[in-house]
Amino acid sequence: MELDSLEKIINSELTSKIISSKIKHNQILITIDDNNLIEVLLFLKTNSITKFRQLIEVTAVDYPEKDQRFRMVYLLLSHESNSRIVIDYYIKENKIVPSITSIYPSANWMEREVFDMYGIEFKNHPDLRRILTDYNFKGHPLRKDFPLTGHNEVRYSEEEKKVIYEPVKLEQNYRNFDYESPWEGTKYIKEQTKE
Amino acid sequence: MAKETKKLNLNFGPQHPAAHGVLRLILQLDGEVVEKADPHIGLLHRGTEKLIENKTYIQAVPYFDRLDYVAPMNQEHAFALAIEKILKINVPIRAQYLRVIFCEIGRILSHILNVTTQAMDVGALTPTLWGFEEREILMGFYEKVSGSRLHANYFRAGGVHQDLPKGLDNEIAEFCERFPKIIDDLETLLTDNRIFKQRNVDIGIVTKQDALDYSFSGVMLRGSGVPWDLRKSQPYDCYDQLKFKIPIGKNGDCYDRYLCRIEEMRESVSIINQCLANLPNGPIKTNDGKITPPPKKEIKQSMEALIHHFKLFTEGYRVDKDEIYAAVEAPKGEFGVYLISDGSSKPYKCKIRAPGFSHLQAMDYLIKGHMLADVPAVLGSMDIVFGEVDR
Repeated sequence: MELDSLEKIINSELTSKIISSKIKHNQILITIDDNNLIEVLLFLKTNSITKFRQLIEVTAVDYPEKDQRFRMVYLLLSHESNSRIVIDYYIKENKIVPSITSIYPSANWMEREVFDMYGIEFKNHPDLRRILTDYNFKGHPLRKDFPLTGHNEVRYSEEEKKVIYEPVKLEQNYRNFDYESPWEGTKYIKEQTKE
Repeated sequence: MAKETKKLNLNFGPQHPAAHGVLRLILQLDGEVVEKADPHIGLLHRGTEKLIENKTYIQAVPYFDRLDYVAPMNQEHAFALAIEKILKINVPIRAQYLRVIFCEIGRILSHILNVTTQAMDVGALTPTLWGFEEREILMGFYEKVSGSRLHANYFRAGGVHQDLPKGLDNEIAEFCERFPKIIDDLETLLTDNRIFKQRNVDIGIVTKQDALDYSFSGVMLRGSGVPWDLRKSQPYDCYDQLKFKIPIGKNGDCYDRYLCRIEEMRESVSIINQCLANLPNGPIKTNDGKITPPPKKEIKQSMEALIHHFKLFTEGYRVDKDEIYAAVEAPKGEFGVYLISDGSSKPYKCKIRAPGFSHLQAMDYLIKGHMLADVPAVLGSMDIVFGEVDR
């Protein structure tokens, strides 16, 4: 089935729930309101035309400067119509998001990863624990305000005869060079011209 | 008189030869029957996604080799495709063929490792010894083309890093002529082997519906009888010009998955043969100067070329503000890159979708009710590599 006719069907069935939709790079992108997440996904999975039966990924994007800081993204795949759809919505920090594990069981670990990396909590999740980071880890590494070098480092202490955690100590400051081309506007030139 | 029984909690791993890396499995046992499995992952977490956000697009490529480190180039392929789609780069046809050749070599690399170690997990040592001899030769091809046996860093957005050295195409063709015989030899050891069948047939059965629900892909999905392969259904590069079959299983057990992998190796050999027979001449990367550095010869003579080269490797190229999900059929399943660019020379976000992550998630579902001794068999047939699961 053609992608644009599929998009039309989705739009006509879910009119009130979709904020915007478009087709780009051979994928349908729809933006929804976070309250409608469960209904939209349930429709996309069970409808006999759309049949998006595989959840490919659940992830989030951090935009610290925005009022609605996080963007949740769900990628679905339909074998029947051989098409992909991206569903997204924006949420504020500390907002609790509905879990979709009841619709797609494989969302379990994906949501755990989002929780681990971004600190977004899920309602009705069966087992919301950290997944990739260390036991007793503090912070959420993929947030833009988390430093690349992290906060703690681990080493084996000869004196204590065990592995110990210490605050990161850098021999020199972490340097972030500005390589942006001066012909196309580096930061310092942009700042000078602004003044 | 009812005897009181006690459940046993067993800690499997993180250092266990059958765990295929650093997996910690907490098993709840009733006698020898597994009642619950709770995998603890992340012991190999290196923060790849965070690192990529802080590197230019060129510098990000080597991180992909370190994900699924038994088939490195297949990962690079997904990242290259994502950038190419955003920048609308046309990849020269020779480069497409070269990429497909090396992706299929990667598939054989991965499947040899998996099939033979799966055999080792259930007690057969010889296949490993025979198979690894061939892997060594294949990694030699990697070394000849990229300078490195494992961490190739060979694919670029817009093509590949350099052309085949003289004579390598003949060596690969020679290997392809010889290799089907090796697969036959492996099969004589395993396919009808009574012990191998007892340990694998009807173990870890996945139904079609569950395979879809648990986001399985690759052999885990095809072993259950779902004919789905991205090389066929959403072809990338020159896969649509090649003839190959997609082997699918019937029962969805460990044995069917083993058979699928054996057949896929044969198909890969045929794909490599087709590519070598039709390998066109021409450039091996796009000639768009915004992305490709000038040739070495120019750099030695022209100041502008030197500056150009310097700028590309310090600043890097810019990628327009956009977002895309690009996926390839890696040996283990659908490997995808969800890339968000913001117009600068570094990705704003790069989410890596690793097939092993969703496969391992289903461990509890797969192993429930099986014996403790089936844990390595199921793990082996899932084809888990911790580089990609933990990222």
